[in-house]
Amino acid sequence: MTSGQRAPTPETQRGPVTGSDAPERLKFDMDELLNCMHCGFCLPACPTYQQTGLETYSPRGRIGLMKGVAQGKLPIDEEFERNMYACLGCRACETACPAGVQYGRLIETAREVVEDVKRRRGRRSFTRHLVFKQFFNHPRRIRVAGGILWAVQAAGLQRVATKTGLVRVLPREMAEMQSAVDTVASPSERKRRPSVMAPDAGVQKAGRVGLFTGCIMDVMFYDTNQATARLLNKIGFEVVFVAGQVCCGALHAHSGEKVDAVELAKRNIEAFEAADVDFIVNNAGGCGAALKEYAHWLADDPVWAERAHRFVERTRDICELLAEHTPLPFQRRIEARVTYQDSCHLAHGQGVRQQPRQLIRSVPGVQYVELTNADTCCGSAGIYNITNWEMSMRVLDTKMEHVRRTDAHIVVTANPGCLLQMKKGIQRAGLADRMEAVHIVDFLERALGSAAPLG
Amino acid sequence: MRVEVVEQLREIVDSDAVRVSPNELYAYSFDATPLVQAEPDVVVFPSTTAQVSRVLALCNAERIPVIPRGSGTNLAGGTIPVAGGVVLNMTRFNQIYEIDEKNLTATVGPGVITADFHRAVEAVGLFYPPDPGSMRVSTIGGNVAQCAGGMRGLKYGVTKDYVMGLEYVLPDGQVLRCGGKNYKDVAGYDLTRLLVGSEGTLAVLTELTLKLLPMPETKMTLTVFCNSLVDAARVVEEVIAARITPATMEFLDQGTMHVVDDFAHLGLPRDVAAMLLIEQDGSPVQVQRDIERIAEIARAVGAADVQLAETPEDGARLMAARRSALAALSRLRPTTILEDATVPRARLAEMVQAVVDIAAKYRVQICTFGHAGDGNLHPTCLTDERDTDEIHRVEQAFEEIFRTAMELGGTITGEHGVGMSKMKYLPQRVGPGGIQLMQAIKGAFDPNGIMNPGKVVAGYQPQRVVVRQS
Repeated sequence: MTSGQRAPTPETQRGPVTGSDAPERLKFDMDELLNCMHCGFCLPACPTYQQTGLETYSPRGRIGLMKGVAQGKLPIDEEFERNMYACLGCRACETACPAGVQYGRLIETAREVVEDVKRRRGRRSFTRHLVFKQFFNHPRRIRVAGGILWAVQAAGLQRVATKTGLVRVLPREMAEMQSAVDTVASPSERKRRPSVMAPDAGVQKAGRVGLFTGCIMDVMFYDTNQATARLLNKIGFEVVFVAGQVCCGALHAHSGEKVDAVELAKRNIEAFEAADVDFIVNNAGGCGAALKEYAHWLADDPVWAERAHRFVERTRDICELLAEHTPLPFQRRIEARVTYQDSCHLAHGQGVRQQPRQLIRSVPGVQYVELTNADTCCGSAGIYNITNWEMSMRVLDTKMEHVRRTDAHIVVTANPGCLLQMKKGIQRAGLADRMEAVHIVDFLERALGSAAPLG
Repeated sequence: MRVEVVEQLREIVDSDAVRVSPNELYAYSFDATPLVQAEPDVVVFPSTTAQVSRVLALCNAERIPVIPRGSGTNLAGGTIPVAGGVVLNMTRFNQIYEIDEKNLTATVGPGVITADFHRAVEAVGLFYPPDPGSMRVSTIGGNVAQCAGGMRGLKYGVTKDYVMGLEYVLPDGQVLRCGGKNYKDVAGYDLTRLLVGSEGTLAVLTELTLKLLPMPETKMTLTVFCNSLVDAARVVEEVIAARITPATMEFLDQGTMHVVDDFAHLGLPRDVAAMLLIEQDGSPVQVQRDIERIAEIARAVGAADVQLAETPEDGARLMAARRSALAALSRLRPTTILEDATVPRARLAEMVQAVVDIAAKYRVQICTFGHAGDGNLHPTCLTDERDTDEIHRVEQAFEEIFRTAMELGGTITGEHGVGMSKMKYLPQRVGPGGIQLMQAIKGAFDPNGIMNPGKVVAGYQPQRVVVRQS
């Protein structure tokens, strides 16, 4: 213990660290870091701070660490990596921040810096390379994986696999989440999909929509994508399944793989330009937030900036577009108590909060009940529930306490990750006999009369 | 810190309650105060009074500094571990033990979040008035240690007016109590009042008994827009002179109005010089009458516009926006330095004008907002910590602001505390006799000087006569 007084200046203590010699630290936007005046208003909004009570698990603490790294006072090491990846990336802190700090962008940079350093030191894991380079960058491989998942489910192998412990070939986390997955569409079903779906007969034409199908979404929730198209048809939109579209790049950007994310963005911009559509519509809050970031990702690119800007201008979440065409032509009542769990990247990332609630409330028969802390993350957070399983489940269990109190029959969500997580949460909370989680598009379609009646 | 000490700490508290990794220490090297930073040697999260007692006894024996901390929203550097040591994080004491509806008191742990406490007492029709700007984040223990103020000071007073009793631990580990549920209690010196606002330099607070009021029946919110700062100050003076005591009278100058509106989208006018946010609570008849009279006074003074919030939700939105003022101001420049010079109410107009003049003199950007009703202003300087020349001018400007406040019969800090930031101005405010007495009190509680060293009274050295030999 030192007894002498230390000089309370920004240049205090800490001997030589490897931080100052890491060129990657210069990637940080110092002005944006300084925008954080560490008032702490983000603390109550942060799910991981709420769980741990530790500053290192809070947005203020993480920004403080980033500042330390950027100033060369802290090293870019395993602890820094762990701190940065413990963040859900839900961006609830951005909504809470009166100083307007763009935390989402800061945490993306921090992870990019971590990955850059690991790459330079040759410490990147093979699994990581496999997942990002060999899987998410290749739509065909995702479809093949989906096909395998379908085959396992179709053959009733899922239960056998679980019983015999065969699922251990998957990491435990994957296996756990798999139990929440619905039946996926068969490969032949997906092949039969027409490339254009015309608006319903007799409805006034509203325009041409390019549906952003999403990579995971299109495999795990193929039916929801089809329902989205049918819904748009009903209100007069022609829907195009744009060829050549790829993963939105959100998972890459959130995991420090910015270069890959930008490449995917360019491919999507090209694909949707060629399709000549009025709107680019998605039904996954996480993907939508990334699509709307394209203009920021490509802002410094003279060739792509303007094209990215036009892409973003036309991008809409399905709820935004539907809310402009209310009342929807409902044909059935849904006599149920219904609540809504915000998708973080729809609410905090895109500012879309009222539209989904307004749509749910507009369904005849629905008794809507607001969920306490609805815009607090459920713990899904992209692949967080795979990478940080335990924290993810702690966050989920807190969420489920609030969900239980709503006494709702249906929990509506607006993002595939949240949907899976809520399904998992309902199982964990032992509510499966009286509660179900449904994507908002599927929920609305039930009342529009074109899906199977309420079970 | 010696490894054995850390091991001993681990034996006292839960295994996950001792944090020593480099990033953890770094994350506790700052609070909400700009420009100051110093790392502790260890961060400890006790969860019982007995643990606090044992930690303190250990640190006292080893002469290790102890810095009690809540949510770290301090604005005067009060929780910066300038001499290293143990940051004693009290956030695990987050239980409301009792809400006594017969005695109108509540007994809580120091780690309860202020806004959570508000919600809990309001649920049973009771009211805890202190509402510091950071109440959604701050802890009650931190509020008491700093004697936090807030927006209702004019009518309801500040934190010290609501602390009735305390359980506290002395540096040697003794657990003591003072005060209690008695509204009248003159048994000995008022140690409760002494500990409130002691900024963690005397003892660690482990349990608080707080006074509650019945919830006012209703409230209404009025906004007054003024063409000059002086008009706004005159509205405040005239309202008080008319024997009306509103619950809240908040002042925002044009710069603050703009950033608050940009954050909260209230649709405030952009061209007026200042606004007052006035709230009155009480019985419907009295609230209606007071609000009407305030509106009349404002119009008579020459206010540009007077608007009544139509619903309680609109009123709440305005108040929430006001709470965001400080952080919203920080959007404008990289570094934001907030002060809380306070003057007697009747000198408000002079003080506001002086701040404008001083900002011009030192070529620095200062926006002012604050609690006009109680003369507590928040001149907020927008600057850039990387510009040493500008920071120097900022310091000069603040020095002159404090001097002016004291000349007007005011004080250097109304509600943020002395901490590190105001230490050098404290002798001017309380005089050498005052500060020596304070140092003697500190010595009686904490003879080894382990409690939050380097704060409040630490900066004062008695003047010595030096004989210089030529």
